[in-house]
Amino acid sequence: MRSVWIRWAVPFFLLAFSSITQAEYGLNMTPGVTDISQSVYDLHMIVFWICVVIGIVVFGVMFWSMFKYRKSQGAKPAQFHESTLVEIIWTIIPFIILVAMAVPATSTLIEIYDVEESDIDIKITGYQWKWQYDYINDDVSFFSNLSTPQDQINNQETKGDNYLLEVDEPLVIPINKKIRFLVTSNDVIHSWWVPAFAVKKDAIPGFINEAWTKVNTPGIYRGQCAELCGKDHGFMPIVVKAVEEPEYKAWLLAKQEKAKADTLLASQQSAQQWSLEDLIAKGETVYNTSCAMCHQANGEGIPPAFPALKGSAIAMGAIENHINIVLNGKPGTAMQAFGQQLNDVDLAAVITYERNAWGNNKGDMVSPQDVAKAKGN
Amino acid sequence: MSAVVENELNEHHHHGPAQGISRWFFTTNHKDIGSMYLWFSFTMFLVGGCMALTIRAELFQPGLQIINPEFFNQMTTMHGLIMVFGAVMPAFVGLANWLIPMMIGAPDMALPRMNNWSFWILPFAFTMLLSTLFMEGGGPNFGWTFYAPLSTTYAPPSVTFFIFGVHMMGISSIMGAINVIATILNMRAPGMTMMKMPLFVWTWLITAFLLIAVMPVLAGVVTMMLMDIHFGTSFFNAAGGGDPVLFQHVFWFFGHPEVYIMILPAFGVVSQIIPTFSRKKLFGYSSMVWATSSIAILSFTVWAHHMFTVGIPLFGELFFMYATMLIAVPTGVKVFNWVATMFRGSISFETPMLFSIAFVILFSIGGFSGLMLAIAPADFQYHDTYFVVAHFHYVLVPGAIFGIFAAVYYWLPKWCGRMYSETLGKTHFWLSFVGMNLAFFPMHFLGLAGMPRRIPDYALQFADFNMISSVGAFLFGTTQLLFLYIVVSTIRSGAKASAAVWEGAEGLEWTLPSPAPYHSFTEPPVVK
Amino acid sequence: MLNKQEQNNKSKRTVIIALVVTVGMFGFGFALVPLYDVLCDIAGLNGKTGPKYVLQSGELETDLSRLVKVQFITSNNENMSWHFKPEVTQVEVHPGELMQVDFLVSNPTQQAMLAQAVPSLSPSEGADYFHRVECFCFTQQTLQAGEEARMPLRFVIDKDLPKHLTKLTLSYTLFDLTNSDISMASVPK
Repeated sequence: MRSVWIRWAVPFFLLAFSSITQAEYGLNMTPGVTDISQSVYDLHMIVFWICVVIGIVVFGVMFWSMFKYRKSQGAKPAQFHESTLVEIIWTIIPFIILVAMAVPATSTLIEIYDVEESDIDIKITGYQWKWQYDYINDDVSFFSNLSTPQDQINNQETKGDNYLLEVDEPLVIPINKKIRFLVTSNDVIHSWWVPAFAVKKDAIPGFINEAWTKVNTPGIYRGQCAELCGKDHGFMPIVVKAVEEPEYKAWLLAKQEKAKADTLLASQQSAQQWSLEDLIAKGETVYNTSCAMCHQANGEGIPPAFPALKGSAIAMGAIENHINIVLNGKPGTAMQAFGQQLNDVDLAAVITYERNAWGNNKGDMVSPQDVAKAKGN
Repeated sequence: MSAVVENELNEHHHHGPAQGISRWFFTTNHKDIGSMYLWFSFTMFLVGGCMALTIRAELFQPGLQIINPEFFNQMTTMHGLIMVFGAVMPAFVGLANWLIPMMIGAPDMALPRMNNWSFWILPFAFTMLLSTLFMEGGGPNFGWTFYAPLSTTYAPPSVTFFIFGVHMMGISSIMGAINVIATILNMRAPGMTMMKMPLFVWTWLITAFLLIAVMPVLAGVVTMMLMDIHFGTSFFNAAGGGDPVLFQHVFWFFGHPEVYIMILPAFGVVSQIIPTFSRKKLFGYSSMVWATSSIAILSFTVWAHHMFTVGIPLFGELFFMYATMLIAVPTGVKVFNWVATMFRGSISFETPMLFSIAFVILFSIGGFSGLMLAIAPADFQYHDTYFVVAHFHYVLVPGAIFGIFAAVYYWLPKWCGRMYSETLGKTHFWLSFVGMNLAFFPMHFLGLAGMPRRIPDYALQFADFNMISSVGAFLFGTTQLLFLYIVVSTIRSGAKASAAVWEGAEGLEWTLPSPAPYHSFTEPPVVK
Repeated sequence: MLNKQEQNNKSKRTVIIALVVTVGMFGFGFALVPLYDVLCDIAGLNGKTGPKYVLQSGELETDLSRLVKVQFITSNNENMSWHFKPEVTQVEVHPGELMQVDFLVSNPTQQAMLAQAVPSLSPSEGADYFHRVECFCFTQQTLQAGEEARMPLRFVIDKDLPKHLTKLTLSYTLFDLTNSDISMASVPK
């Protein structure tokens, strides 16, 4: 019975450990694409192998004892039960091993904490449940939402390759430049984590945290929020696109141009006359990106925390109240002030959509001009 | 003359237990109270287990199938709270109640009536806690570690009941700990010096000191929460001059010693069982006492290793890294001592010994992942991932829980006078061993591959290991029903047990008959 | 050997000591709150830059040998709807040089509102050396519906700022206190 167990257990552990170094199998930590992530990976592997060796020695003695000193085979117990010398030895040797581990760990940590001389500074704000990226010196700012369709999450559509790890607007950074991240939160504690960079920093409301990275290889790197932050903690991923510097500069310029064009377009669109059908169509898109996670695609919400909009007092009642709650949110709840996040056209569209979808059929139309007026502009 | 004899006879009648249900409400007998704690803890273990299986059922495949993310967060929170405060801690208190008086030759605990209150608070506290699941807004959904402001500004209305539940349960633990300290320090039989006490008594003494030191700090932090939520204070709110990170410091100042509270008694159990089944005295008794004390003292200096990503300055981060690595030394010493006890012994593999051996091996694996977590730069990749979940389940399940199973198999014959079925016991062991490893070993890989904690749905590359883990969890969970059957059938119809029960068992409890009399050691034994 | 009476007395004593420890540790938990603030002040941890700074006479000797970049970023907490931006996102100052930067705030809503700005400096190592002489964050700010304001920040960087720190980032988070029952426990640091 005993030998059968050992014969089965030993190969299992050997098999498990032998393939551990192959990160492609998804078994091990990634060495990543920065010098720091490589150092972290190396530290991880050193400590891991030390533990394996210690385990083999200690468990080896145990298995040996269980085999050799069985009462059923006639073993007679020895009488010794203490030895100060032995206790000292097996206190000092582990201590020395730990000091040996602490040296590279300390130097890597000192490198990680050296945030000086950064080339680009980016402010990262965690929201319930998305990230906002703000290129401080370049006047570019945008939200990054999960873009996996609800239908995939609800098992009504086949899941894509980057299921739950894809966003509408990735963070774009140049390779070979030191990027400094300033991390904070709009509401609860979140945590920004990209395994390929070995960067994980908590986002704390009211406080700013720093981290940095310098990416060696172009590519797309995906991460997730790493601090429980409410209902959709698992649904606010991070996607970073690291590109050659010329491509980054072009992207930045395009973003700045687009921001200007969007403002212009928004004011033009605000000025232009929209039809009910067009507003509803646009509103549905906005709704699915910004509202459906809580209020659900069918408008039924998840009461009581996320009220239904279908047949609701707000969507069926006075337009001013509806506009107000979308613009300014509802304090003490998860309903955010979308007036800060969406432009007038999107706001008008989504409110119009909500008043007419799912059988609400109010026939109401809220125009971008109405929204602008409500904002006090 | 005859009247005196009759009176004496009448007095003897009072020495047995009362009849009916009021026996259990009013008992001050440490054996009754120990049994109640153990049954309560097993019930909570099954309740918490059902929550775990709900979680694992949802995580069986990617996508949301069974429950919504809001309820999932309630399940993960309640699973943690129930297991930590409702299963593990009360089980160890139950063992303490049953065993400490017998092991030191005392007739009962020092404060028998307070002992009764300590127990009966718990069913009330946990009924209140479980009822929050049915309240408007749902139960606590912010993790068992309940960080602010998710647990203050953004908490559901039931958070107030959560806080009251924590207060009640804390009072129970504190009273129990005071009782244990008073009993051990003052009621040992003559001749039993401190360094002659069984190691289970030592580990519980040290655990009790940890409890009275840190449970009040937990009470403090939930009171601060209560004040922030209801009385306009800003302990954890930057708007009013406070800091959410302060919450984490105060919580983990409690939280880290708490995890040692959950393991030290298991160290004690295993230190009693391994010598018995190796037929050899425990190697290095005084070293074991020193190692346990060092672990307890060091446990106050490591708390921020739960907070490496929070933005602690460099020298703070280094200090906590070094202190955490240091704790590996006395822990390693204990493991070496257990192995040295087995080495050149004469070993048999009854069920308590199987659980104890598995404890040493698997707890050590949990210790290794703990050492990896201590390395702060590496922790940036492990923190809040399934690597951490693997680590603490390895130290808690084959650690604390297997320690409790080992204790029950070992001492049940003494408690009820009947032997369990060795075949069924071994079956329970092997199924639990396989189920547990299937459930938790893959989690190491999931964490390293990048899967965060506390998420109800995950990216596709995590699917295979999640499926394996869920299968293992269901195997482990259903096996515990076998354990229930074993215990009940032993009590009702097991073979009669002798006083000594186990060849090679040492300690005062084995000098008593099996089952131990309702009142034992009414006259203290003399210990040489 | 102790008789039952002596045992009882010793037990009582143990219980009393244990209860004192329990109560003491409860108090210790609360003492951690000011203790945390003290430690943060001393060590400049957590980006807390200290209370209102009183300039000593003769203190303003500028260290012309180096320039320090100071960046300003702003965040609105939760649904706070005020427009809140620094007039410039970055300045360069010499240590010892008194500098003023204005922040533009406006309340776009239809009602009067009360706000609190909370500062946080990064890297935290620099927080000890960043002295705010005048800051809108020292008090709560009220803006009427539609009102705009220009709020000054006057600061000086200590000459003893470690040489390797060449860039500091000061972040303000604006909180809406209009309907809050938060009583100001202390001036935010």
